[in-house]
Amino acid sequence: MYGVLRLINFANSEIFMIGTSGALVGTSLLGITLADPTQTGLGLALALLVCLVVSMAMGGAGAVLLELLAYRPLRRRGAPRLSFLISAIGSSLFLAELFARPQLLGRDRRPVPEMVDHAALFSFKGAIVSLDKVIVVVAALIMMVVIDQFVRRSRLGRGIRAVAQDPETATLMGVNIDRVVTLTFLLGGIMAGAAGLLYEVRFPGTKFDIGFIFGIKSFTAAVLGGIGNLRGALLGGIVLGLLEAFGGAVFGSQWIDVIGFTILVVILMFRPTGLLGESLGQARA
Amino acid sequence: MRSLPRIEIVGPVAEAWNRMPRSARWLATLVLVGFLFLLPNLTIPVIDTPGSDFASVLFFPVGIYVLIALGLNVVVGEAGLLDLGYVAFFAIGGYAMALLGTETGIPFVLILPLGILASMAGGLILGTPTLRLRGDYLAIVTLGFGEIIRIIARNTDSIGGPRGINQIPHPPSVGGLKFGVIDPKPYYWLLLVIIILVTLLVRNLQRSRVGRAWTAIREDEDAAELMGVPTFKYKLWAFAIGAGIGGSGGVLYASKVISITPDNFLFILSILFLSAVVLGGSGNMPGVILGAVVVAYLPERFRGFSEYRELVFGAVLVAMMVFRPQGLLPSRRRAAELRRGDQSPDDAVGGEVATT
Repeated sequence: MYGVLRLINFANSEIFMIGTSGALVGTSLLGITLADPTQTGLGLALALLVCLVVSMAMGGAGAVLLELLAYRPLRRRGAPRLSFLISAIGSSLFLAELFARPQLLGRDRRPVPEMVDHAALFSFKGAIVSLDKVIVVVAALIMMVVIDQFVRRSRLGRGIRAVAQDPETATLMGVNIDRVVTLTFLLGGIMAGAAGLLYEVRFPGTKFDIGFIFGIKSFTAAVLGGIGNLRGALLGGIVLGLLEAFGGAVFGSQWIDVIGFTILVVILMFRPTGLLGESLGQARA
Repeated sequence: MRSLPRIEIVGPVAEAWNRMPRSARWLATLVLVGFLFLLPNLTIPVIDTPGSDFASVLFFPVGIYVLIALGLNVVVGEAGLLDLGYVAFFAIGGYAMALLGTETGIPFVLILPLGILASMAGGLILGTPTLRLRGDYLAIVTLGFGEIIRIIARNTDSIGGPRGINQIPHPPSVGGLKFGVIDPKPYYWLLLVIIILVTLLVRNLQRSRVGRAWTAIREDEDAAELMGVPTFKYKLWAFAIGAGIGGSGGVLYASKVISITPDNFLFILSILFLSAVVLGGSGNMPGVILGAVVVAYLPERFRGFSEYRELVFGAVLVAMMVFRPQGLLPSRRRAAELRRGDQSPDDAVGGEVATT
């Protein structure tokens, strides 16, 4: 999404938060309670699927509303870039505060039923493998492959790439920019919603301001890899996560964020457009 | 200062202002300044702030926000460099005041320039490696810098760690002005003097070689470089000057509040400062001042609705950008850009930064 709009979508972190609350909605729909949360076998698969759909739907809907209300009017007027940023910040603030209303999430942390058993399945050379971790990793991999292939091969994916490369020419070639952008937001929202659910599988519980640090981290990862470059974002995420984990172990966990940003500065000094470079079109050629 | 500026605002007010004879402009300016100095002594029913002391509110957040927005405007509005971690310089100034004030006997009149120098040094340290980056890369790196400064303050026990620094001394009393705990007015007046000085400084810079270089960089960095503008040098200047102004805000803030902690310098402040600049009209000083006043004052005015404050603030930001993206008082140049932008689908997707 970032690559298409050249826009720091601060509100994406709030879409993530909406995704985490999708887990709350999904579990209550299914009658899964905090007291007896753990599901097994087919029941688990079904429950996860329902929650996933709910989270994705909520994330997608939120993102599309955001685009229609906060971004499209700006695009129509050809507003300067900074206005997009402020609008994104405003909607981020608005969404977080909206979900902080007592009728929704409230200001305190809300526990979410722990659907997946966190007990260790087996351990491999000291690394403990549990079902929830397996689910998260596998689902994340599937999502990445799907989105990568989608952007590379589908018709809409081609439209997204065209708009990212050159909006003007794309319009001339008959691409409906508004439609492409809205669908991109939908896609991004669905992904963020799904990410929210996956987070809940591993760390049950959500809060109205949970999105903030994730927004910053994911944006750092995207910049690290190269703006608008999906594979770069993946690589950036892995590099950032690993180096922060190692650095945290060496210097103490309170320095993790400092380490992350220092790495970012150092890498950008040597590769000013990220690890894999930025152009959406080139990277896929 | 030989003549008053033709203020860069559009609209009937500005036109009337620019048509006025010079003497009338001087008079109007003097009246305005006089009014601002008297403001904490007045109780005006509608603009008073129920629930908090009006004079205190005038100092912080309103006055401090104005000063800092002016500094950030140099970076964002003049040179066009997006800085999402501006709170770092506010923090450096604040900590300079706190440390020098508590650990050494240096008088306040020296701490203020030292704090400004420290912030400028911070700006240079951040700017030297990062100012080769463009647009959003710069934004994320500055955001990181803001967080790094705060985290360093939190994790370093010798400067108080998460508890911060207590018992920061006040400025010494001058004549009848007593900088104490109870009366916020002397602080407000001091701040007002500094704001006026900064306004004059920035305005003169705008109209100098430096200011023209900034404009050139903002409009098209590559073209500026080709025309022989040493872009890196002037960008660094913008960063250092902006940082110095932010630092002066930090020093003044810390000199009043007695204790500061890392939590006084959260990321959200950077966002609020930036909102003030953009809301008012990036690049236009009267606009930026108005924006800062709005961002700082409205939440204080409506303290009674504190439950909904941030909700409404978020919605206002979006609505503002949707209905008036150029800001409350846009600079003339920016207004012209916007009119042009209507016809450009390239801008329509928000693509302004050079994608080399």
